[in-house]
Amino acid sequence: MELVVFILTALIALFGAGAMLISRNAVHSALFLLLNFGAIAVLYLLLQAPFLFVTQLIIYAGAIIVLFLFVVMLLGAERDDQETDRLAWQRPVALVMAGLLLAEVVYVFTSGVNIGAINAPAVADFASPEAVATALFTRYLFPFEVTSIILLAAVIGVVVLSRRATHDHAAVATQATDLTQLSERR
Amino acid sequence: MTMVVPTAYYVLLAATLFTMGALGVMIRRNALILFMSVELMLNSANLALVAFAQARQDVGGQVLVFFVMVVAAAEVAVGLALLVAIFQSRQTTDVDDISTLRG
Repeated sequence: MELVVFILTALIALFGAGAMLISRNAVHSALFLLLNFGAIAVLYLLLQAPFLFVTQLIIYAGAIIVLFLFVVMLLGAERDDQETDRLAWQRPVALVMAGLLLAEVVYVFTSGVNIGAINAPAVADFASPEAVATALFTRYLFPFEVTSIILLAAVIGVVVLSRRATHDHAAVATQATDLTQLSERR
Repeated sequence: MTMVVPTAYYVLLAATLFTMGALGVMIRRNALILFMSVELMLNSANLALVAFAQARQDVGGQVLVFFVMVVAAAEVAVGLALLVAIFQSRQTTDVDDISTLRG
């Protein structure tokens, strides 16, 4: 039963990823990526990770995809590159390299790694939200605090980057002789 | 609580998704799609981490996935802000057109 769910979800995830790559419309790509993230969230549930299931839905499906969609709409960049690839030879090479990468991973994994050796005896509810929180706030407390600095840096960086436009306005304002020109620019 | 789906299946799925993400970075020229492909790769790495965490019955792998998610969120926010700034000055999201640093 669990295997059937896994296979169906894996197929949905692969379909989402493939359709994201092929789709010509950036909005469609973002929505196919959402499908893929949802499928991966279901896999987290199968892997006894309810906390990550919820986090995946909130952060990836809720925040990141919405951010992508906002930017696509903001830029009006939904129609795509019209096949103006300046390095035309890059595409077949990329396909070969990707095939090699996959073959390599599968080979290493099937020949070198003995997965059965690392299997630990099952612990009931080893990753309940409570257990994750305990690990996060005791053993991994320092990295957890560092994430707050990372997020703060990201927030400040985004604010600085998007303030660039208003800086231009300020430059215009100091140079403009009449204020009507300024309001037009804005 | 017997494990019905072998960990190997999850890791092979993660490897396939990672390869698709790498392929997307290589064949697509739209910067937005490149970011989505990077997200796909991060997600496949997360999937492998959770699979191994379940195999070892160790919560550490899931904590690491949490940190990866935080970094991914920060990366997307900064990356998309950069993209908007580039688009405002150059009117394009095609990474081939953003070649100012070319020698």
